[in-house]
Amino acid sequence: MTRTDREVPQGHPVDPESRIVLGPDDIARALRRIAHEILESNKGAEDLVLLGIPSRGVTLAQRLAVLIEEVEGTAVPVGSLDITLHRDDLRSQPTRTPMRTEIPGCGVDGMVVVLVDDVLYSGRTVRAALDALSDLGRPKAVRLAVLVDRGHRELPIRADHVGKNLPTSHAEKVQVRLRAHDGIEDTVRIAAGPSHVGGR
Amino acid sequence: MPRHLLSAADLDRDEVIEILETAASMHDIQRRDVKKLPALRGRTVINLFFEDSTRTRSSFEIAGKWMSADTINITAKGSSASKGESLRDTVLTITAMAVDALVIRHSASGACRQVAGWVDASVINAGDGTHEHPTQALLDAYTMTRRLGDLAGRRVVIVGDLTHSRVFRSNVLLLGTLGADVTVVAPPTLMPSGAAEWSRRDGFVLSHDLDEALFVGPAADVVMMLRVQRERMSGGFFPTAREYSVGYGLSRERVERLRRRNEDVLVMHPGPMNRGLEISADAADGLGSVILDQVSAGVAVRMAVLYHLLSGDHSVRDQDSGREGTT
Repeated sequence: MTRTDREVPQGHPVDPESRIVLGPDDIARALRRIAHEILESNKGAEDLVLLGIPSRGVTLAQRLAVLIEEVEGTAVPVGSLDITLHRDDLRSQPTRTPMRTEIPGCGVDGMVVVLVDDVLYSGRTVRAALDALSDLGRPKAVRLAVLVDRGHRELPIRADHVGKNLPTSHAEKVQVRLRAHDGIEDTVRIAAGPSHVGGR
Repeated sequence: MPRHLLSAADLDRDEVIEILETAASMHDIQRRDVKKLPALRGRTVINLFFEDSTRTRSSFEIAGKWMSADTINITAKGSSASKGESLRDTVLTITAMAVDALVIRHSASGACRQVAGWVDASVINAGDGTHEHPTQALLDAYTMTRRLGDLAGRRVVIVGDLTHSRVFRSNVLLLGTLGADVTVVAPPTLMPSGAAEWSRRDGFVLSHDLDEALFVGPAADVVMMLRVQRERMSGGFFPTAREYSVGYGLSRERVERLRRRNEDVLVMHPGPMNRGLEISADAADGLGSVILDQVSAGVAVRMAVLYHLLSGDHSVRDQDSGREGTT
């Protein structure tokens, strides 16, 4: 474990005090189940668009698309939806550089859009994503898939597909690390200490 | 990010790259049906233009509106300035209405820096006399990076009326920050005094011979032609327009020769162009011309500048900028 920790790219350190709550196998199983759930509730892969919220949500959306294709045999369009410019806390935080929004060629009009993110917390990111989405078109339906739901919602928002419900305290920090994004083993950890958060 | 944008030298390399990356996101938005972002909702931006402008003023106005800021244009003609009000009084009157940013164009070099000392609002220099025009340099850099990627080591030749050009000054500073290899070319009468000392300090090359700058040594990646600013000239800078054009104009022959040395050479001009004087129609409309790309980048880059200067709490430092644990 400590060996792989050294490979963490700068800016995404892993707290050495943190404990692992989901390992690579748990994450793989959770994503596989979410893929099945999405297909089940949509009755197939028709009209589906997966939009990840940068940055790790995009990685997760891409993995879900692969899993859905394995099950259903059809490729599902994947994109990214940046929410930076729709945040409600722009004034109280240092300026953030927006990331790219990439909408698949099919657009979102009349589609079933599944928003994908790593952690669901206050719900403010999802609120911003819904606003960002409405500027892009009018989906038939919008659903939410998250790897971890840690509770403490501040808005009337809930996820349709959850990898793992993790009861946490405000003082804790949930860290998601994905191989494709961070270069280290897929893990979800809980660390003590103040969870500075953009969503609040 | 600094509070004001008065000079291209106000930005370090990371800040420039951040603005250019943001501009790329903003550029995508221009292709959408709904060109509106809520990021600057409730902010007020005043465009205060004491000099004529079409593209800079309109692009700042559009940029502000697409970011949901309230933008108001004030031009010298039709404002109290024409009744003899001083710059200071005009600016203080406007900022008394609680505005967040002033975008200023003025014929006096240094006017924007002076205004920045009088007001609490962010001041953005949209061209001050023959001094600087930083957002033009940013959109030029954006246009170049879109085509060339990293500008470090790229060869940029800037040609024309350097004495009167604020575009040249801001570009030399910004391209220096990005590590480009810059050569500037002008007839001796249009080379600003002190340029030799400046070029030694900032590491760019001066030349009076366009053909030598273009066709000797490594091939140019970008040729930027500057407008001959007749409105700032009282005559005597060059004998005839024809002579200027032969010596320093980007003729069809020169473009063809350039393209033989580097097929992908970019031709730029900040506009408005004097066709047939500093640039031929073949060069302006031919392959490799990115002059219209520069115009289209103008809005995106100005959106990015407004965003970085006006959103966000500058008193909070960036230690917490990760989105970790959010949602």
